[in-house]
Amino acid sequence: MEQSGKVLMINYEKCTGCRLCELVCSVKHDGISNPMRSRIKVMKWEAEGLYVPMSCQQCQDAPCMKGCPVKAISRNPELNRVEIDYDVCIGCRTCVSVCPFGAMSFNTIDRKVIKCDLCDGDPQCVRFCEVKAVEYVDAGDVSIKKKKAAAHRLSVASKEGAVLYAAQA
Amino acid sequence: MALDRKIAFIDLTNGEIQIKPIPISMRKKYLGGRGLDAYLLYNYSKKGVDPLSPDNPLIVSGGILTATCASATARTHVMAKSPLTGLLGSTNMGGFFAPELAWAGFHHLVIKGKAEKPVYLYIHNGNIEIRDAGKLWGKTTTETQWAIREELGDDEIKSLVIGPAGENLVRFANVMTGIKNSGGRTGMGCVMGSKNLKAIAARGTMDIRIAHAQEAFEYNKRFIDQITSAKVNQTQGALGTPFIWGATNCWGGLRTRNFQFNQLEYADDIEPERLDEIATETVGPHHMTGCFACQVHCRGQYRIPSGPYAGKYDEGPEYTSQGAFGAEPGCTSAVTVLTGNHLVNQFGMDNLETGSMIAWAMELYEAGILTEKETDGLDLRFGNDEALLEMVERICYRKGWLGDTLADGGIPAAEKIGKNAFDYLIQVKGMNNLHSDERATPALALNVATSSRGSDHLRSRPAIDLYHLPEDVLRRIYSNPIPYKGPLSSEHTSYEGKPWMVYWQENCYMAVDCLGICKYHTTFLGATLPNFEDWPKVIYYNTGLEFTSEEIWTIAERCNMIERMFNLREGLARNDLKKGDTLNHRYFDEPCRRGAPDVIGLSIDRGKFNKMLDEFYEYKGLDKNGKPKPATLKRLGLENEPSRSL
Repeated sequence: MEQSGKVLMINYEKCTGCRLCELVCSVKHDGISNPMRSRIKVMKWEAEGLYVPMSCQQCQDAPCMKGCPVKAISRNPELNRVEIDYDVCIGCRTCVSVCPFGAMSFNTIDRKVIKCDLCDGDPQCVRFCEVKAVEYVDAGDVSIKKKKAAAHRLSVASKEGAVLYAAQA
Repeated sequence: MALDRKIAFIDLTNGEIQIKPIPISMRKKYLGGRGLDAYLLYNYSKKGVDPLSPDNPLIVSGGILTATCASATARTHVMAKSPLTGLLGSTNMGGFFAPELAWAGFHHLVIKGKAEKPVYLYIHNGNIEIRDAGKLWGKTTTETQWAIREELGDDEIKSLVIGPAGENLVRFANVMTGIKNSGGRTGMGCVMGSKNLKAIAARGTMDIRIAHAQEAFEYNKRFIDQITSAKVNQTQGALGTPFIWGATNCWGGLRTRNFQFNQLEYADDIEPERLDEIATETVGPHHMTGCFACQVHCRGQYRIPSGPYAGKYDEGPEYTSQGAFGAEPGCTSAVTVLTGNHLVNQFGMDNLETGSMIAWAMELYEAGILTEKETDGLDLRFGNDEALLEMVERICYRKGWLGDTLADGGIPAAEKIGKNAFDYLIQVKGMNNLHSDERATPALALNVATSSRGSDHLRSRPAIDLYHLPEDVLRRIYSNPIPYKGPLSSEHTSYEGKPWMVYWQENCYMAVDCLGICKYHTTFLGATLPNFEDWPKVIYYNTGLEFTSEEIWTIAERCNMIERMFNLREGLARNDLKKGDTLNHRYFDEPCRRGAPDVIGLSIDRGKFNKMLDEFYEYKGLDKNGKPKPATLKRLGLENEPSRSL
């Protein structure tokens, strides 16, 4: 059977909003602390306590790859990632404009586009996130984990329903 | 580089802004953060300056490690002469402001003068702009922050703001960022209000190059593992600081009904587990949040479950809010604690001081010193939840005679109320204590008596003294980096060796405040957490500056001494009840009535307390009156201060 490859799985409900992932991403890649250099970014709605880490989905049919006019973006099947060849990239930022997730960023200091490279198979955001809001799992397992969580919610709801029904009867 | 962050001198009267580098020589002497702030305050304020005058400098800073690859470098420090105490004003807060300020190019801001009309500062990638805040005036702390983001069209802006309490010059108004991160103590929000400064907004994308990135990165991982493996931090990460309540209320360490009791009865509703249940019900199972790059995530989130503010979202409550709206006023309802916490967060007012002032007024009311005439008909008895919350609002908006009086802080209010009101006020140097009762714990009593900003637990509290650690473990901790050969006791009711513990903690906390990291990442609540041994590496990897542990210890001593020199200049005297290193008479005269068997009946022994103070002064290199000896100033290189070299 063919390996499906690993992907970042984000469970935003667990995110505490601390942005350590942004710090370690930026320092790991550039030796510099600057959230603008981070490939992962926590989007926040502080007034409601909602924090959602956003990063590249490594799409199968990636718009950035399709849209790149010089074919600088390609899929690396070994690491299951979409990657940029900076020797070819002309910095036109078409990829930034077509990405539906805003996951392709433009670094205004080095004047180049940046995206998650999964740290070549050892994502540091995952290594540092103690609450496991970001995990690195087999692509096929993401839905299994979600199914299980949903099933648990359903079973709890049906139990509560049964209790309610019994109480009424 | 962290070291190329700048200092800005901003004059709000004439709009002049001067931006300067921070010389390495200053870093070597003061590191940054609170230490360098103390230098700046001592040097750039005149003796006897009116805290609410344009000449009082408001100093805002991050630490030397802020936003570097170290753990939890989130802390913002704010300093000025305090309008509450007339002595050192100093406050420290978490959140995301200081890192944003550092990415915007700055470590220190020195703000003088007074704007003609309300203004706010916008700091963006090396530039500082003074902007009109007419539309922001009157808004609550969160409304202000969201309005600034909308005005500037940038959701990533982080602001340090004041609420209505700061505008109304409540003497214990705080500065805030985010939902509940507060620089609460000593009324720094009042100083901002006096300058017509509503907010400081920061946004930055400037690089902070890590000196030795690979080493800093891996060391940070090790550091984080050490911090998150501590049970105390795991508990904090689940329950927040309210977890402390469970222990302190058991053994009788809670200041209740002002200072009459040391345990709150029938308080199941505000136990940490109950508060956790409410958070789970109203927010969900993952209801903890954290400050910048911190894995402790000790900040709770909740919605108020019922009452007039039902459904309002807020963060916390901290242990201090359990005290301010629970133990001290003798209230036992979670909804009251959560509502009180929400109100002070929105108003921008110190929860500790607010709760403490109201509890004091309640005791005066029950003693007949205050009557319904002064309270405008409010039945200000202990345990009256509605009266408590009503008073919070009256203080913020200075409504009624009592609201206006209490808003001026403890000592002025005591003078205005008259009779023997002052005797009931649980304060040191004009600032009220949090809801902890130190009558059974001499180490903690010495800590609040000598804290440089008035009665406070975050300047030198040896909290691990309560854990009864074996003596050899204590000796190992407290002999680092300076060997300590004197007596030590694992017993929290003992007077033995406590002055050294307080002195050691004072230096430890000063060091973390200079670095800009959180106290939960050092020897405060956990005995296994990093301290002097580990910091030289963190500083070296991140900034390239080399220090030994002993050198960091000396820097901390120096910074503490310059805070002391400021206080002495402004009138600190050893035995002065209002400006001294001493405690309210009740600590000595009224024994604990409740609590564990070894706590009931205890009070602080005046003679032994004075001996502790003598010993503490000796470690600090002070004479019997608490003034630095010339040899001490020479040893710390402070003999020529003020030097005004920035």
